[in-house]
Amino acid sequence: MAAEVLILGGGVGGTIVANLVAKKSSGWAHVTVVDATGIHVYQPGFLYVAVGKEQPSALQRPETSLLRDDVSLVVDRAARVDTVARTVQLESGRTLPYDQLLLATGSRTVMDEVPGAKDAHDFYTMDGAVRLFEALKGFQGGTIVIGVAGIPYKCPPAPVEFVFLLDDYLRARGIREKSQIKLLSPLNRAFTIEATSKLVQPILAERGIELTGFFNVETVDSVAKTVSSLEGETMDYDLLVLVPPHRGQKVIEDSGLGDERGWVPVDKNTLKHTKFEHIWAVGDTTNIPISKSGSVAHYEASVAADAITAEVKGEAPPKHTYDGKVMCFLETGQGQATTIQFDYDHPPVSPTPARRWHWAKALFNKTYWHTVPQGRLP
Amino acid sequence: MSTVQIDKTIDVRGMACPGPLMNLIGAIRQGQVGQVFEVLSSDEGSKTDIPAWVAKAKHELVEVNQDSGYAHFIVRKAR
Repeated sequence: MAAEVLILGGGVGGTIVANLVAKKSSGWAHVTVVDATGIHVYQPGFLYVAVGKEQPSALQRPETSLLRDDVSLVVDRAARVDTVARTVQLESGRTLPYDQLLLATGSRTVMDEVPGAKDAHDFYTMDGAVRLFEALKGFQGGTIVIGVAGIPYKCPPAPVEFVFLLDDYLRARGIREKSQIKLLSPLNRAFTIEATSKLVQPILAERGIELTGFFNVETVDSVAKTVSSLEGETMDYDLLVLVPPHRGQKVIEDSGLGDERGWVPVDKNTLKHTKFEHIWAVGDTTNIPISKSGSVAHYEASVAADAITAEVKGEAPPKHTYDGKVMCFLETGQGQATTIQFDYDHPPVSPTPARRWHWAKALFNKTYWHTVPQGRLP
Repeated sequence: MSTVQIDKTIDVRGMACPGPLMNLIGAIRQGQVGQVFEVLSSDEGSKTDIPAWVAKAKHELVEVNQDSGYAHFIVRKAR
């Protein structure tokens, strides 16, 4: 009888693992994906929706169109995992058994954890990105402040990319001279990686984007229109864009599978749960202190798929483990971009921003649907 | 070795992004006043980043110890 491989979450990581396990297990496993909406969303595109350069409809496809025919999809929300009975209870009341369980539930944003920030804008959800673009269309000049209200958050380069794209947008509308863009960084530089910061900071200065370091957003006063930091400073704004705090999904917290923020503790190489047998996690879901990004989920997925396939076939664990590989693009505006690539043993490198990296990112965004979810890109 | 009671260890050796200081800031946000955090970092930048942020945010840098290939930073949440 085929082993039941249950995958919670139909994002990048869950979809790749589902397809690879179904393909590699040669009938030893039956794979089921449980996803709350049944719609696969390409989240890196939110950034472009927020500045009117992408349509929401271009970022969504039915999950079934990305899964192999021999993978089952259940559209429901996982409510609780029972690690003793090896079952997952769904919100509808249905219960699914598992022999191997992959947690690929990702992260959720919790703006309400920031006092006063209920009306702040963000580009970390589709709704947030659409609402932000509506606000930008009505913006006629003033101060736009972009800050970070919680760590970790998805896609560390995104706030820097956003200010560059915002600068392009305001110039195109002819209101850049009536506007100030202020980037509040959690660190004393623009970006977490020093080498990339050195490339990016002169471009920020050249475009007239003001950088304030060591400003970790703590509270917002939406009446006075001020934002205050953990470090004790306050700044005025006319339009506020925040990176919201993130945490793991409720099912992780309710099932006792994660830490105090709902991140799942896994071995940073094998991606196996540190406390429970037969459970694995990939992508934003884990507590590995590495960037929460589609890139990480992508590179982790083949490792988790091989490990799960070996388990169901009763084979020895594969030697191939996750080496911390991350590769992502960083838009620097005016049609240029750079890249950031590293792993656990090799520090990050970024080439000088150029048009070809912008086009490479645009090409990747378009070809994603035919390559990544199917596991066709190693 | 330190004799300080550690409440949480943040092992970010080999992790370049989001970076050791970002992980410490995240932990301090969630922590209680008085709690002590230990960061293990192999990133050279941490030697300047972590003490600078701890001073700016008015927390307390309790100890910095160099080990082979990485450093221990012990920080108390002061407010």
